Amino acid sequence: MLMNEIIKRIEARPVCGDVCSLRTDDFEFAFASDLMSDVLRLTYEKTMLVTGLCNVQTIRTAEMAEIKLIIICRGKKCDDQMFKIAKECDICLLETNYSVYRVCGELYSYGIKPLY
Amino acid sequence: MKLSEIIKNLDIVVLNAANEDADITSAYASDLLSDVMGNAQAEELWITMQTHKNVAAIASLKDIPAVVLINNGKPDEDMLAHAKLENVAVLVTNLACYEFCAKLYNLINCEL
Amino acid sequence: MEFLFEIEGANFSVAGNASSTIKRALKQRDVDPAKIKRIVVALFEAEINVVAHADHGTIRVLIEDHQVQMFVKDFGPGIEDVKEAMREGYSTASNSVREMGFGAGMGLPNIKRNADVFEIESIKGLGTNAHIIIYL
Repeated sequence: MLMNEIIKRIEARPVCGDVCSLRTDDFEFAFASDLMSDVLRLTYEKTMLVTGLCNVQTIRTAEMAEIKLIIICRGKKCDDQMFKIAKECDICLLETNYSVYRVCGELYSYGIKPLY
Repeated sequence: MKLSEIIKNLDIVVLNAANEDADITSAYASDLLSDVMGNAQAEELWITMQTHKNVAAIASLKDIPAVVLINNGKPDEDMLAHAKLENVAVLVTNLACYEFCAKLYNLINCEL
Repeated sequence: MEFLFEIEGANFSVAGNASSTIKRALKQRDVDPAKIKRIVVALFEAEINVVAHADHGTIRVLIEDHQVQMFVKDFGPGIEDVKEAMREGYSTASNSVREMGFGAGMGLPNIKRNADVFEIESIKGLGTNAHIIIYL
C-alpha cells in the first residue's frame, strides 16, 4: 500500500514533511478526534490522526503522543507556526476538504484499521 | 437510509427515540461545536464525544435528526432532557469515532 | 537537572512549549520512550490546565536518576471540588477552551493514569498546586 494512494483517495494536499516517503505499513491504524485529551490516551504509535482541530495544539499533542501523520479535515489550513513545530518534531501534515466522517470511511475502505 | 435501518444495522443503543423515518445520507463527526454550527448540514447524523446540553441545542438548531455519542458516552441529564424536548434522537455506540464513521459510511454508501 | 517555566494563562499559542522542552531533555538522557511518553502526556495536560484556567503559573521539573518530579503551581480560580474534578467528563472549561480541543474533562484523569504519584491541592480563589512523580 502506498501513501500516494491514500492521498489520492481523500484528495489530500501534503503540506508538511515528506508524506510520500512514509510507509503505510507504519500506519496500520487510524484514530479520529477533535479533542486532544482523547488523543493523548493513545498507547499505540503506528497511528494516523484524523482531526478537524487545526491549531498549534494539534501538533503539540501529536508530538506528545508520538503521532507522525496528521490529516487535517474540513478544508482547514495550517499556519506557519504549525509548520514550524511539525518540522521540528518530524510530523507530516495532510490537508483535505473532506469531512472527518468521509476521511474515516475512505481510509477504512482502503484497509486502515481502527485502533479501538 | 432510514435512521431506523441504521440503528438496526449498527450496534447502537437508543437513549431517546426520535426521527426514525429521517432519511440519512451523510454524517458529520466533530467535537467542536462551532464547526458543527458552521458546517454540519441538516439531515446529517452528528457523531461526537461531547455530552453536554449544548449538543442537543445545536442539533435542534441545525435540524440534525440524531446525535451519536461515541465511546459509550453518557449524556448529561440536561442534554437528554433537552433532546427529548427538541425531538432529537440520542444514540450511543461503544465504538470510537473512526470505526463508527467507517462502518456508517460503508453502510450508507453500499446502499447508494 | 532542573527546569523552571513561567506559564501564561490563556496563551494557547505557546502552550506545550514547556512539555516539549522536557521531552527533548529526556530523549537526550536516553530515558525509555514509554516512560517519556507518560511523563510528557501528564505534564502537557497539566500545562494545558494552567493555560486554560489560570491567570498564570509556574512549572518546575526535576529530572533525577530514579524519578521525574513535576511541580505545577498556578494562580487562578482554584478547583472547587478536587474529587469531583478527577471524575471523567467533569469540566468547568469555557466554550473557547473547548473550541481549542480541550476541556472535555479528561485532563486530570489523564494525568492520574500516567503518574505514579499525583497529588493536587487547591484553594478556591487562589490557585492550584499539583505534584506529579513518575519513576524511571
